[in-house]
Amino acid sequence: MDGASAVAQQIPLEHFLVLSAILFSIGVYGVLSRRNAVLIIMSVELMLNAASINMVAFAAYASPGAFIGIIFAIFIITIAAAEVGLALAIVLRVFRNRQTANVDELDTLRW
Amino acid sequence: MTVAQVMFYLIAALAVGGALGVVLSRNTVYAALFLILSLLAVAGVYILLAQEFLALVQVLIYAGAVTVLLLFALMLTRVGDLPETMVGAQWPLAAAASSLLGGLLIAAVATSDWPGDAQSQITRVPFEALGDALYRQWAVPFEIASLVLLVALVGAIVLAREEEGE
Repeated sequence: MDGASAVAQQIPLEHFLVLSAILFSIGVYGVLSRRNAVLIIMSVELMLNAASINMVAFAAYASPGAFIGIIFAIFIITIAAAEVGLALAIVLRVFRNRQTANVDELDTLRW
Repeated sequence: MTVAQVMFYLIAALAVGGALGVVLSRNTVYAALFLILSLLAVAGVYILLAQEFLALVQVLIYAGAVTVLLLFALMLTRVGDLPETMVGAQWPLAAAASSLLGGLLIAAVATSDWPGDAQSQITRVPFEALGDALYRQWAVPFEIASLVLLVALVGAIVLAREEEGE
């Protein structure tokens, strides 16, 4: 048995899940507290990564034969790349029109 | 403690520390650099779980391309914000909500029964099997993903380009 496959005997699945939960909560805090849209996108990336860790950990521990979790993680990374590209284009457009990237200053829909 | 355990806790500490840097840093560029640290640590988690392909993709796409894009956006939307105004006035509520969510998630993890006890093993997924599954079993989602990327590409160009007379 090589080092990688021995990991399961040394680190329980729960530790990966707790790591993912902590990363996700930190991302939620960033999304809720930051004002700059780019920093909010960074926090969203943290949350997506936490979800990926969950998927991969379950794929490795629960169903070692079928690697659906890994396929999911690959798609998460793909969609995240598309999402970041589009979101940053929107932020750039907003910045050009309003000279700000702070989401709390974009309040023209509010009365 | 074994080597794998030491590695895991080290990598987990790096990932959580980097994530905290992302949400707490007063400097936007430092936040982006902390994000790179956190993403690389997540790649380390994938390696510990024996998913080398995913770790490679993580380093190339996330730590490479996505963060470069974020840094570009930071550079282009720079207005010289005061460090004190980086977080909104709602941050205590945000901290309460996110710690509540984190506590709930950890409590759920702790009180559930999970598969994968001491005798389970992590199997390494060979690149060939992964590619085979992507192009056969998951061919339709794969094609849809490429369409999504194309639409995102065109959409980003249309949104971000300067228009005539603007």
